[in-house]
Amino acid sequence: MSVGADIPRVDGLDKLTGRAAYVDDVAIPGVLHGGTIRTPIARGRIQRVVFDPAINWSDFVIVDHRDIPAGRNAIKLIEADQPALVADEFRHKHEPVVLIAHRSIHKLRDALRAVRVEVEPLPAVLRPDMPLTPELLQHGSDNVLKRLAIRKGAGEPGREAEFQALFDSAAHIIEGRYATGAQEHVYLETQGMVAWQEDGRLVVRGSMQCPYYVVDSLAYFFNRPREAFRVIQAPVGGGFGGKEDFPSNLAIHAALLAEKAGAPVKIVYDRQEDMAATTKRHPGVVRHRTAVDASGKLLAMDIDVVMDGGAYVTLSPVVLSRGCIHAAGPYACENIRAIGEARLTNSVPYGAFRGFGAPQTMFAIERHMDVIARRIGMSSVELRRRNLVRDGQTLATGQVVSDGVDLPSLMDAALTDARYDERQKLHADMNSGAGSHPYLRRGIGFATFHHGSGFTGGGETYLASEVWVEGHADGRVEVLTAQTDMGQGTSTILSQIAAAQLGVSADLVRVATPDTSRVPNSGPTVASRTAMVVGKLVEAACDDLLKQSGIGTTKSIPRDPSGAIKSWHAANPGKRLIGRGKYEKPAHIQWDDKSYRGDAYAAYSWGTYVAEVEVDLRTFAVRVTDFVARQEVGRVLNPTLARGQIQGGVVQGIGWALYEEVVLDDGVMKNCQMTNYVIPACADLPPIRVFFEESPSPFGPQGAKGIGELPMDGPAPAILNAVCDALGIEANEIPLTPERLMTLLEGR
Amino acid sequence: MMLADSASRGEPVTPIAGGTDVMVSWHHRAKDKLTLLDLSRVRELAVMEWTGVGDGASLTLGGLTTYWDVMQSREAAAAYPLLAEAARQVGAVQIQTRGTWAGNVGNGSPAADGVPVLMAYDATVTLASVRGRREVRLDEYFTGYRKSVRAADELIVAIRLPPPTWGVQWFHKVGARRAQAITKVGVAMVRRAVVSGQMSVTRGHAIPAPSASRRSAVVGERASGAPDAAGSWRVVANSVAPTVVRCRMLESALDSGRIFTRPDEIESLLAGDISPIDDMRSTAVYRRRVLARLIYHRLAQSA
Amino acid sequence: MANSANDRAGPGAGESGATETFNMSFTLNGAPVSRRVPLDARLLDVLRYDCACPGTKEGCGEGECGACSVILDGLLVNSCLVPAFQAAGRVVTTVESVAADVASALNVTGTSQCGACTPGIVMSIRWLLERPEIASNVDLREFLSGNLCRCTGYDGVVAGAEAALTLRGIPMRGVARPGPGDRGGSRP
Repeated sequence: MSVGADIPRVDGLDKLTGRAAYVDDVAIPGVLHGGTIRTPIARGRIQRVVFDPAINWSDFVIVDHRDIPAGRNAIKLIEADQPALVADEFRHKHEPVVLIAHRSIHKLRDALRAVRVEVEPLPAVLRPDMPLTPELLQHGSDNVLKRLAIRKGAGEPGREAEFQALFDSAAHIIEGRYATGAQEHVYLETQGMVAWQEDGRLVVRGSMQCPYYVVDSLAYFFNRPREAFRVIQAPVGGGFGGKEDFPSNLAIHAALLAEKAGAPVKIVYDRQEDMAATTKRHPGVVRHRTAVDASGKLLAMDIDVVMDGGAYVTLSPVVLSRGCIHAAGPYACENIRAIGEARLTNSVPYGAFRGFGAPQTMFAIERHMDVIARRIGMSSVELRRRNLVRDGQTLATGQVVSDGVDLPSLMDAALTDARYDERQKLHADMNSGAGSHPYLRRGIGFATFHHGSGFTGGGETYLASEVWVEGHADGRVEVLTAQTDMGQGTSTILSQIAAAQLGVSADLVRVATPDTSRVPNSGPTVASRTAMVVGKLVEAACDDLLKQSGIGTTKSIPRDPSGAIKSWHAANPGKRLIGRGKYEKPAHIQWDDKSYRGDAYAAYSWGTYVAEVEVDLRTFAVRVTDFVARQEVGRVLNPTLARGQIQGGVVQGIGWALYEEVVLDDGVMKNCQMTNYVIPACADLPPIRVFFEESPSPFGPQGAKGIGELPMDGPAPAILNAVCDALGIEANEIPLTPERLMTLLEGR
Repeated sequence: MMLADSASRGEPVTPIAGGTDVMVSWHHRAKDKLTLLDLSRVRELAVMEWTGVGDGASLTLGGLTTYWDVMQSREAAAAYPLLAEAARQVGAVQIQTRGTWAGNVGNGSPAADGVPVLMAYDATVTLASVRGRREVRLDEYFTGYRKSVRAADELIVAIRLPPPTWGVQWFHKVGARRAQAITKVGVAMVRRAVVSGQMSVTRGHAIPAPSASRRSAVVGERASGAPDAAGSWRVVANSVAPTVVRCRMLESALDSGRIFTRPDEIESLLAGDISPIDDMRSTAVYRRRVLARLIYHRLAQSA
Repeated sequence: MANSANDRAGPGAGESGATETFNMSFTLNGAPVSRRVPLDARLLDVLRYDCACPGTKEGCGEGECGACSVILDGLLVNSCLVPAFQAAGRVVTTVESVAADVASALNVTGTSQCGACTPGIVMSIRWLLERPEIASNVDLREFLSGNLCRCTGYDGVVAGAEAALTLRGIPMRGVARPGPGDRGGSRP
């Protein structure tokens, strides 16, 4: 059986032997190297662009906003407010102004230093809480890029007095403010794209998560039909959301240069440019005010979420939306008011990053639960046990939970894995009392959380994804989707799903390279949707293929699908045999995009993570000494790949919690080098101990649910809860760098 | 010769050995004319040499001796344990195999990881030019941020360590992570053993592990109450001043037998020795406070 | 789209605008090579753009991430920090020459995800295979810290190193094992 088996990664050997051809690895005869001239400050107007006369500019291909078709200078995403190249006014430092290209990368590098952009400065918004004055307004009447509200029970409009009464009569009202920093993706392969003209089409190949986003952006920008473009995914050296929206910008730039040059043009960012000029995780501030009764039951939750969206709308509305939907955590509270705002600042736009808003709000609620427990004198475990949502109860949007998962048992199992009670006692002896250590303190903490699989609400219906499975004349099968493998294992698991559904061995199945000229639009590779949503479509397409090739889908009947495919081709020479699967909204899933009520996601994955930490009071450094990640993700399709996803996500979460600080200067990352932006190394980490529970979901192939983003949600609150346990403090801001912890403990 | 020629023409020449400083962000380098002098094939500069025999033997590092060379030398690690300790914490293996001690001195970074232990061991630097050779004490070598007494036509050809006669020997590096990190603050502490006094020579032995049960309120390093002969302590810190710096006021206090009861007493005293700054890697107050705490707790272990 | 040394359209020599060049001969994966390369090229540039060995990746360009790790005259180095002229006449080994059984062992253990840091990790592990005396005494987690990875969380990388060492019969010090079951390692 190919599903559930540890089939080795199908792209693994190419990567381990250096054969995998990433965008910068392929030689293209006659290619020019492209580079970008950028704005020097956070906000202003371009006055002029000065080219150093010492350079012979006739050697170069030069593109600016005047080369763009009228009315089309915009990168289309949710809105079309971000220009591809600045014409006049600009909204952030490092915004692209001029593109240049040359055959020699040496000459290009010299030339990039020889262009000066002269500007007239305008006042800039550098913090989302900065008081607004008229001259700072850049979006609508208040610089709010998106505002939304999630309301439940007495939190609904018109029931304000009732909502207030819950607080007035509560045994406890607990308030807290929880802040999270920006985070840089640090995919090990920087952004890169090459564009050329071929057969009357513009072809773009590069590092990207969503080929159809890129093709749609190109079609809008150049005002041509989709068929005028072909977008090919190169192997992607890490994405994590960083290659969801940004590659459209780069593709447009490479295409502009290639058209003007009449030659192939490649743009590959170096690490500093990539870190300084591309998207990051949205910084967030979440305020909680919670009414709790004497028994620890959550009576009402008043939540305020503010995210820094950066200079343009980009994906902020949907990041905010996922954040707010997850803001009340996996708890069965009947009265909720969660208000969210994404605000404009003159920073490089923030974008998609693994978890997509949920890690920010999950950090807040899971820290807040520990704060509540401490203030009302109840254990963190007991408080959660009394409030964790059960099947039949509802989440914040009114969605009835029916995943069949017993969350208190999941929590208890994780705590047992981590020997939570035993460790707590040992720590108490070490941290205080006669035997206490002169400068080391230890603590243990945990978080219970969930993450919705797939696009929010009606998103999947809107996407209307399609998958093809083609039976070839040699009896082999090819899965055609737009899903990219950026290391998470897409090609491996989709071939496993197809093999299982067809009843053939996995080595008869291959997954096509995403190329918009030959794969259908199965939607973007984001939102933990590939395994569950697209995997289900692969199953449907396989069924269709079997039907067309004359084989029923009843698995008990002996059959030879490969032979049937060959026979079909023998009978239909020259024709293609393609099974199709198209997304259909499950009938009982209901969602209202206006009121944010209903089934936000078809299914959720659930987790409890437990972290143990050691704090060195000489250096204020926190080290994670043990980490247990227990989760329920439906059917596990490939245990080794799944474990790798969890371990990698946890370590990104550890980085976000303790190490990774984006130092902003004039709205851009000042520490834009891997030397100065510190991601965890091997020696910083304990083994990440991963445990799966499997409660197959009807919405995914063989019961699988989403897995990629979940592990980003739990680590930060678990770790901060552990630090607070060790030191008896309230630390509510990450990254909890040693400097920040020192200030918290001692003031300046 | 090349150095002499270039220096006489006023053209700066940058000697390059392992390249671990010079080559960083190489394609971003300033486009001024840069002349590199490749030392990597000068075999005699790579030699590590011992002088003398037995306990009196001392080590001379060649101009091309790498961190890795020292880590692989059982004799060097035994006689000068802090060298091996510091080498292990420079970058990771890929850096240790290329980076040289002389390059670390020559680059002159205040964050240099190899320099504090050398300085604590009273190392001297051998500078060579067409005019001949001279020896400079490492603690008199740096004159300011990335400035030194080295003349433009001089090359660091060796680093000499005196025979090992140290009791307490300790090095602690604080980076943003446990490996592969630039130092936020670091310290090497060495105390010359009193050969004929109350303290015994413990050559080649690492200091004992901290005792978890000890909560010392009064700390210091006492030799039966008698102040030491001049210059017994060396406390050298990095990333807290424009250069790697000896904390001489603290050294004098320790030599005179002063007892510290709280970390902030050490912090106050250090104010005369160090001048840390805020930068994107850390803050001045963090560097000052952490340095004091590291020293305090190390002293507490042996009180 | 050919992929040979001669038409490699990277920042190599033989194109207009290249700076001063020199003829560089060295041994690459056991074979002698000779290329005219820019005087200021790094070993990494020569491998990728002049020798058609793009398996070696540039992650950071400053010796931090280890993606460009290669073995130079028997030592593990970051090729982004090696000026090409220093590698002339020397012996260089890159990921392209990895043994098939080692690659398979690493694939089974989940050493690679996105693959961008992978060539450097492969070279670090291969260096251990060449130096059993080091491999047997090294703390794998400390040793592997010269290779930054953003996908795996390193447990798959450590497991890969162990699998490769086991494959070659090289004993190793106890390392903390990932995954469920024993937590491994020692608790202080």
